[in-house]
Amino acid sequence: MTDNVVIQTSSLTKEFLRDEFHVVALKGVDIEIHKGEFVALMGPSGSGKSTLLHLIAAMDVATGGNIRVLGQDLRALNDRQIARWRNENIGFVFQSFNLIPVLTALENVELPLKLTNLKKQERLDHANTALKLVGLGDRTGHFPRQLSGGQEQRVAIARAIVTDPALILADEPTGNLDAGSAQDILSLLSQLNKEHGKTIVMVTHDPHAARFASKVRYLEKGELLAEGAVPAD
Amino acid sequence: MGIPVSYNLRNLVVRKTTTVMTALGIGLTVAVLLAILALVGGLRSSLQSSGNPLQVLVLRKGGTAELSSVVTQANFQDIKFKTGIARTNAGQPMASLEMVTVIDLESVDAPQGINVTLRGITPLGIEMRDNLKIISGRWFQAGQREVVVGESIGKRFPGARIGQRLHFGRGDWDVVGIMSAGTGASNSEIFGDLNQVSSDFQRPEALSSVLLRTTDAVAAKALVNDISNDPKLNLDAMSEADYYNAQTSSGIVIESLGIFVSIIMGIGSSFAAMNTMYAAVARRAQEIGTLRVLGFSRGSILFSFFVESILLAALGGLVGCLLVVPLNGVTTGIGNFVTFSEIDFNFRVTPQIMALGVAFAMVLGALGGLFPARSASRKEILVALRGI
Repeated sequence: MTDNVVIQTSSLTKEFLRDEFHVVALKGVDIEIHKGEFVALMGPSGSGKSTLLHLIAAMDVATGGNIRVLGQDLRALNDRQIARWRNENIGFVFQSFNLIPVLTALENVELPLKLTNLKKQERLDHANTALKLVGLGDRTGHFPRQLSGGQEQRVAIARAIVTDPALILADEPTGNLDAGSAQDILSLLSQLNKEHGKTIVMVTHDPHAARFASKVRYLEKGELLAEGAVPAD
Repeated sequence: MGIPVSYNLRNLVVRKTTTVMTALGIGLTVAVLLAILALVGGLRSSLQSSGNPLQVLVLRKGGTAELSSVVTQANFQDIKFKTGIARTNAGQPMASLEMVTVIDLESVDAPQGINVTLRGITPLGIEMRDNLKIISGRWFQAGQREVVVGESIGKRFPGARIGQRLHFGRGDWDVVGIMSAGTGASNSEIFGDLNQVSSDFQRPEALSSVLLRTTDAVAAKALVNDISNDPKLNLDAMSEADYYNAQTSSGIVIESLGIFVSIIMGIGSSFAAMNTMYAAVARRAQEIGTLRVLGFSRGSILFSFFVESILLAALGGLVGCLLVVPLNGVTTGIGNFVTFSEIDFNFRVTPQIMALGVAFAMVLGALGGLFPARSASRKEILVALRGI
């Protein structure tokens, strides 16, 4: 693996039992994602794209194959090490924003920095900078309920980038947004990719959203289609 | 650094109805415990402040209470000139022969009547009680059927107020004064002239006790040994402070019962806290998942919910303190198992007792919060993110 490879999987498999049925969510997936790429993972519901994203974020454990992210074999880490690794290396953007409702925008963004050695003022400076970057420098004291959906997702992106992670993972980041807000969020992700060199992997159903990515990969029935290939229907 | 405490505090505010209800439940438990401790504390304070370490009380051999003790005039003459006894300015030994019995009086709590200690005493015996003073009326006169009642007696026995008459012995006795002994046990007693009282009860020779003032602590100890070891006297001597300390046994029974009841209630309250925290964990499952994704460990999640439960319970503890503060200073009385009479005292709600109450509440919160916090920390990220 070269230094340029951020994500590398080989024969990655995820199987589980659901209501006594054996489900194969991922079937021997081999993928390499390089530094600075903006990759959209597409496919119908149940195709395994979110499962792949969760395995990359070490939020789930593969049942077979290998996965290395940022040079780290995720299967070699224990629970505590994974938590720390995720905090230092991954920024995650959820479809439903997942902001903490009782914390202000600034406090939400500051939250991941609580796990660093930064002093209080340094944490606040970083959080303010991240919020300014997403265009919400004037909304720092607002609670999530006082923000629009698009603004909430911007706060979530600020929270994802505040620790300056090498990899940003986004799970349907525009799924709960109107067209205008979705456009803003996609532009922001594109800007983070192009201007700040962030590697981004985004799961989406939306072909319009996928157009912002530098590469689109399709999954179907748990299998990753060859690069450039699209599902038959 | 872990999840900020402000996260927990604000969640308690957001869930204000459940927070208030749970805090009230815990608060009531704490209030019961504090009320018992305040009662026992008041009783202890009353008894402990009654004993002067320089004074020695003499009872019959093996006697534990003045009421059941017999000391004769001859005994008194034998011991009043012993070494180590302090003298008055007039050169008289500070030795007070006293007679103690009980009379039946109607109280505000017991209209059918209740035992009250009557003490026949001389002016020197009054002088030897340093904190004792008349707060209303005057002292009784020698040779008269007159009594002075303790401050608590005046409050709790409607028939024992200045200007009223009490019937006991061979006739009616005028209440001519009210005395205060600070927080001491004399507040629960009635004093009359020794000769008149012993005559009315036909006990001119069979009196109850002798109180001796010694010159110093060493002399007190020596005097106790001297009297107790003198085979001719057949008397026991003890420090007055020890005598009153031994009477706190009445409080120990109440204290034990109160603590037992509080523990039972506390178990119920900790289940209430547990229920509240389980509901909080269920409601905030997605937040737990998010915090895990951000990098917070299972331990951080456990600690955060554990702290929240303790904060909730501490709030309950403060509610309990507020509920019990109005009791401070309220006069009550209980039967003294040693004197077989009522002893009156004030509830004492002290800062120490309140701190104990808050600590007790926090223990309840810790017990109630442990399992929900563990449940929160054990959630798998993806399960939690689905809000399950």
